[in-house]
Amino acid sequence: MLFRKANDIPSSEITPHSAYLNRRAFLASAGAAGVTALAGNRLRKVLAPDAAKAATKLDTVKSPLSTTGEELTPYQYITNYNNFYELGPNKDDPAKNAKWLHTRPWVVTVEGLVKKPKTFDIDSLLKLHAQEERVYRFRCVEAWSMVIPWVGYSLSELIKQCEPLGSAKYVQFLSLADPKQMPGIGQVMLNWPYSEGLRMDEAMHPLTLLTFGLYGETLPNQDGAPIRVVVPWKYGFKSAKSIVKIRFVDKQPHTAWNDQASNEYGFYSNVNPNVDHPRWSQKYERRIGAPVFKQRRPTLMFNGYGDQVASLYSGMDLRKYY
Amino acid sequence: MANRWIVFLKVLAHAACLAPVAWLVFQFWRVSTTVPDALGPDPISFITFFTGKGTLRLLVISLAITPVRRVFPKLGWLIRFRRMLGLYAFFYACLHLMIYIWLYSNFSWSAMVDDISQRRFITAGVTAWLLLLPLALTSTTWSIRKLGGKRWRALHRLVYLAAIAGVVHYWWGVKSGVRTPLAITVVLGILLALRPVLDLFSRRSGASVTSSASG
Repeated sequence: MLFRKANDIPSSEITPHSAYLNRRAFLASAGAAGVTALAGNRLRKVLAPDAAKAATKLDTVKSPLSTTGEELTPYQYITNYNNFYELGPNKDDPAKNAKWLHTRPWVVTVEGLVKKPKTFDIDSLLKLHAQEERVYRFRCVEAWSMVIPWVGYSLSELIKQCEPLGSAKYVQFLSLADPKQMPGIGQVMLNWPYSEGLRMDEAMHPLTLLTFGLYGETLPNQDGAPIRVVVPWKYGFKSAKSIVKIRFVDKQPHTAWNDQASNEYGFYSNVNPNVDHPRWSQKYERRIGAPVFKQRRPTLMFNGYGDQVASLYSGMDLRKYY
Repeated sequence: MANRWIVFLKVLAHAACLAPVAWLVFQFWRVSTTVPDALGPDPISFITFFTGKGTLRLLVISLAITPVRRVFPKLGWLIRFRRMLGLYAFFYACLHLMIYIWLYSNFSWSAMVDDISQRRFITAGVTAWLLLLPLALTSTTWSIRKLGGKRWRALHRLVYLAAIAGVVHYWWGVKSGVRTPLAITVVLGILLALRPVLDLFSRRSGASVTSSASG
């Protein structure tokens, strides 16, 4: 049984992850090296993520903003199927290369048009506000999707503490770009460091999550440790990973994928089944981890968060501002 | 080469072409029954790339036969494998197309018409398949006789266009910045460039092996 209902069950007790932990415990006791050698690729892949860095459990409270009625994507898929180009271009590269990334010590600088520019240590950010478990749908621009129990708190909590100036219209996120820790930097032609951005009202929206963990534990490196944003109504690439700088600016910041192919990846990139990617349709998506013949499902406007966020874009032509 | 060796090698070649499909079908059956991650987190994407890459590899191998024969006249017997490899390339292409029609489009004709007319990577892929179709249909000895060698060879030059369309389809399908199609592109480029180079060389040296012997 791979799935449980998202409601009512704390994610830390959901089968996929505990099965995963049991398997690890079994392997450890059986002499991991020998078993792994015999077990073949699949098991080794399942083993890989935590080999990099043991995840720490996070104390969380449930959030009323969680998406309900969706089956959670198993932990092993969330941590072995990643687009994190700093750690390599293929989906399984980030898990393999996760071991190179060091997330302690980690400092996040908040700067730009802000009354109180600050430098935060990751541990102080972890404690800045109560950590909430937020289950969100996650829709990649490549037309696949997952349902992920993230851990974090609204980005607005951090922004409020820094008191941005009235002239601040956008927030820019800059990710770490250290070729020594990130072998993908030399392999992929992107405008490093990875840059993403949100309009101020998008950044202040309660759904926009400053994210530290998933499945009740700190983020595995391949999922953007130690700190990332998650913007559930936008395509996944808007949700910058391994952030080192948050900058308040007056003009729309440049963003990495828009620099790469502006006709394909707009600044807004709201999930929208009616505006296709120039190269493929966005009307349907594949739900990773679902039974293979039931994976195809219609994509929802704003990824199903329209009730909460559609008003941010009233009067805007979403074909033009894709 | 002795006939029995050819037969033996043909059996091997059939096995080599069919084994990956057998493996894929078996794994896909496991995915749909008891082992959902037997083909990794995204099995549909996996089988799509598997059959697509398989098509291109087989096409490139079949396109390598003629230049290899010309450079190494002793390997002339390789011609007896070309039709088979070409047909297997078409077989993989059909599997690839079937995955698109079934798992991506759910047999919706309107979705497919929409895709083919609007998305250049799908247009290129469908074009490649349509170019291979008449070649597969006229692959029999009877067709060669019926069409006459000259016309048959002219028709079968479409394979160059099909291979190019296939590689373009691959590039247009991956994200920009991703360079996985590079290797197959380079190999195909070399094989296509070799033909005029060999023509030039054989004309100069007056070599007896001519391009008309094999198209």
